[in-house]
Amino acid sequence: MLKVSIYRYNPETDKAPYMQDYELDTQGKDLMVLDVLELLKAQDQSLSFRRSCREGVCGSDGMNISGRNGLACTTPLSEAARKGKLVLRPLPGLPVIRDLVVDMEQFYEQYKKIEPYLQNDTPAPAIERLQTPEDREKLDGLYECILCACCSTACPSFWWNPDKFIGPAGLLQAYRFLADSRDLATDERLSELDDPFSVFRCHGIQNCVNVCPKGLNPTRAIGHIRNMLLTRAV
Amino acid sequence: MVVVRTVTSFGRSGTFDWLYQRVTAVVLLAYTLFIVGFIFFSKDFGYQAWSELFAQRWMRVFSLVTLLSTIIHAWIGLWSVVTDYITNRMMGGKATVLRLFIEVVLAAVAVLYAVWGIEILWGV
Repeated sequence: MLKVSIYRYNPETDKAPYMQDYELDTQGKDLMVLDVLELLKAQDQSLSFRRSCREGVCGSDGMNISGRNGLACTTPLSEAARKGKLVLRPLPGLPVIRDLVVDMEQFYEQYKKIEPYLQNDTPAPAIERLQTPEDREKLDGLYECILCACCSTACPSFWWNPDKFIGPAGLLQAYRFLADSRDLATDERLSELDDPFSVFRCHGIQNCVNVCPKGLNPTRAIGHIRNMLLTRAV
Repeated sequence: MVVVRTVTSFGRSGTFDWLYQRVTAVVLLAYTLFIVGFIFFSKDFGYQAWSELFAQRWMRVFSLVTLLSTIIHAWIGLWSVVTDYITNRMMGGKATVLRLFIEVVLAAVAVLYAVWGIEILWGV
């Protein structure tokens, strides 16, 4: 029997959040954490969590799984359960709407700040703006982000200043556009990042790298941004 | 886009704060290595060797530069700590008062140490 301890909170009926224990017969299978949640929801319909694609593409089911942020759909029990026990909590640092569902507003607000779209005022060519294969390669390891928020909510700097520090997810995307040969707003983008909070609250502890379910490296991207800022400043 | 502006950071830009903190760290490391090296490698280390070292102008300047580096390094570091843990988001208006109070105390301590340091270095 698998023991599962889940963070429960319904603001309409509960005064405070609490941990609820469940038991589940996994029949010896190495299920994904999302499968476990679906089976438990069949037992207890009040259990709330987000999910959509169930294959690590949509980024909906980011949560704290036995102390580590990850996607429930791509995390197997063999990785997540310790001594037959699984502990599920919402992503840390964000306001809880209900159970494992968090309010992602702060996270999206930071994503919005970095203007995550191509900026190029020159007349559009007849077909499309072309890149050399080398320039296209610079976007590898950046464009794959699914905005699941596992990284930003694992970052203490984001916990303390979610309104001022862009956070690893936003900064990875900021660099994705800074590194794009077709984007012409490089200087404006850098000017917006030059304050002591947006980029520089990153102290390089690499929690983001440690938890990213897509294996991306926001710390490296932040280092590139810092080098661009430094090159411009001195 | 919401722009973050700060008045009490040291360099008034994240890039310069970051740079000053690294440069001052190198100065602190150099001074530490020099002092430790001097203590371990001078033939008969004692009051005589120590006061002869500090009688030289370059050593006084090196010490003063290190003292100022300590102040800058500490200011940038503590300012980060204060703005991490004492935020208006968590504490409301009280945070502004508390942060300002701590920053004024830190600034007073910085000035005190700078003046006192100069007195000591050029007073012996």
